[in-house]
Amino acid sequence: EDDFGDYGWEERTHGKLTKPADQLDLTEAELKEEVTRILTAENPHAPQNIVRYSFKEGAFKLTSVVDQLAVHFVLDGCLIHQDSDEARRLAANGGEDEDAGEDDRPDSVASKTNEQEPKCTNQFNFIERASQTLNNALRDRSCQTVPPPRCNYSATATQWEIYDAYTEELQKQEMKKDKQRAFQIKKDGDQNKKKILNETPNDDITPMAMPVTLLERMVNQNTCNDIAQDFKYFEDAADEYREQEGTLLPLWKFQYDKAKWMCVTALCWNEKYPDLFGVALGSYDFSKQGRGMLLFYTLKNSTFPEYIFPTGSGALSLDIHKRNSYLVAAGFYDGCVCVYNLKKKGPEPEYKSNAKTGKHTDPVWQVRWQNDDMDNKHNFYSVSSDGRVVSWTLIKNELVFSDTIRLTVADPDVGGTCFDFHKQTDSLFVVGTEEGKIHKCSKNYSSQFLETYAAHNMAVDAVKWNPYHPKVFISCSSDWTIKIWDHTVNTPMFTFELNAPVADVAWAPHSSTSFAAVTTEGLVHVFDLSINKYQAICQQPVVAKNKTKLTHIEFNPVHPIIIVGDDRGSVISLKLSPNLRKKPKGKKGQELPEGPEVETAKMEKLLNLLRDSEQSSVK
Amino acid sequence: MAGTGEGKKEEADYKRLHSFPLIRHTDMPEEMRVETMELCVTACEKFATNNESAAKMIKESMDKKFGSSWHVVIGEGFGFEVTHEVKNLLYMFFGGSLAVCVWKCS
Repeated sequence: EDDFGDYGWEERTHGKLTKPADQLDLTEAELKEEVTRILTAENPHAPQNIVRYSFKEGAFKLTSVVDQLAVHFVLDGCLIHQDSDEARRLAANGGEDEDAGEDDRPDSVASKTNEQEPKCTNQFNFIERASQTLNNALRDRSCQTVPPPRCNYSATATQWEIYDAYTEELQKQEMKKDKQRAFQIKKDGDQNKKKILNETPNDDITPMAMPVTLLERMVNQNTCNDIAQDFKYFEDAADEYREQEGTLLPLWKFQYDKAKWMCVTALCWNEKYPDLFGVALGSYDFSKQGRGMLLFYTLKNSTFPEYIFPTGSGALSLDIHKRNSYLVAAGFYDGCVCVYNLKKKGPEPEYKSNAKTGKHTDPVWQVRWQNDDMDNKHNFYSVSSDGRVVSWTLIKNELVFSDTIRLTVADPDVGGTCFDFHKQTDSLFVVGTEEGKIHKCSKNYSSQFLETYAAHNMAVDAVKWNPYHPKVFISCSSDWTIKIWDHTVNTPMFTFELNAPVADVAWAPHSSTSFAAVTTEGLVHVFDLSINKYQAICQQPVVAKNKTKLTHIEFNPVHPIIIVGDDRGSVISLKLSPNLRKKPKGKKGQELPEGPEVETAKMEKLLNLLRDSEQSSVK
Repeated sequence: MAGTGEGKKEEADYKRLHSFPLIRHTDMPEEMRVETMELCVTACEKFATNNESAAKMIKESMDKKFGSSWHVVIGEGFGFEVTHEVKNLLYMFFGGSLAVCVWKCS
């Protein structure tokens, strides 16, 4: 009402009524006419014909309900009723909002979190303190090795490549075989030619010689193992229960088929290789002379000789050079002397004497190497039935001779059979003769004898100087005796009768008083004068008594064995039992002196005993 | 018929002739080569139908004998390019159809 009033007042104040332009012009009557209008709630502007499509009916349908409300003016106010719900809620929130507003600052968040978990520490004595020690400085060290060298390889393996490789290899092998065959055929052809030429098949096995020799020795060592054991270790225990006598243990027997009918005429040990010895083979039967042979055996192989030298004439003597052990001098039945060199191949001697160079006219019974002369030339001596003792010197490729002495000076028919040179005095030597005499000679006097001993009644078979005592030598003869001499006295010191022709005698290398002899009856006699002055301490038959004669004996320079040769070409080695090489017993606890002086003294003592007894008998 | 017979015979011949071990390439020292070759032959004969087992056997034996890091290839057809330590390679054929390559590389 207020509003209307204001509005009316303003129009009045303007004084005039303003009319809208479209106002109807009505008469008074029409103005006074009463028009009755009934007001309804219906909106006259609301549309009455709204249709909507109804999917249910499938057609447009008239909507009967129409919104009759018309809003002319809306204004939202900021005032709310005091008692309304919203007003009450606002009133409650507003009080809190005012408090929060004061504290609302940026740092408020942090302060809030700090407050949340306070730390609990000991509030009375809590001290927080930290320190850091010095750390050692770190250091790196490294090195790099050179890696093993590498390289690349690549290939492809396929069936066809494998096939090709095999085929190629087979072809190569085939080619090689062909070549060999061709070579062999060629060789055969050559050989055939050679055969035609000289009819000697070439079966040279020299490249195989060394291994074959080794194998042969191995086989022999196996087959003769027990003998080798005996040689090294067997000592006859029975000797302890015998007083003086000893025995000989047969070891190897050396035989060679082609030398079966020949007679052993000389034996000689090699000084450098004490297992090697030489054998000269010939014949002592003058109606059955023929070929001869020089054989060299070693103890390591008893079945076959190491060296074989067949000779045209029977060999009668042999000597191996002491220092140059490959040099071998030999004397023959036809009077020749030869020097063989074991280093050279072939059966021919390196030096040979002939009629021009003063060869003997009769069998050469003994040869003996001497020390090299002043020009350092090798030289040796020989003795022969023609009565000459000849010195031979090896000069370049020939033997130069010089007669040292002629035994025919005294008696034109006499021939030498054996000789031996003094061990110390180089020029002194004794010669045994066919008639039984022994001459003491010097190289310096070619025309006369220093002494002549009427030693034996038959030919002297061997003379040997004692290896220790400078005055003593021994001789043996076919007149059954062995005699020991002092060369200053012309009667024998000892005489032993062995009841059979004594073929050879030899001093033992280990003792001055010990020697051994063989008789043609097949016995070996071993003497030791320091043990028994009258009898042999061993008499042992070593071959069948009536069939075989023993001809020679030699002591091994090192081992306690002897070798004896017989007239069937075989050589037997025998081991001396302990009694046969016994040293004289000393008093208990007393060291026994050894050496050459002792041996000499031993012999001297014996000789003195004899002289004393002789003197006493003379008185 | 005759033709096939001959063919068979040839094949048998080939198998017989080509059965030996044939070293194709090696830089091993003599002793080692012989030993390795014998080992390969043994292994291939022992495992005639199983190359893998043969290779394994060879490898393990070689590792024991000559130190570790050996490699072995056995087969009827393969190609290879390998880096090996000098004096430690053997490449051989065996039994007419097998190729064996043994080398050391660590």
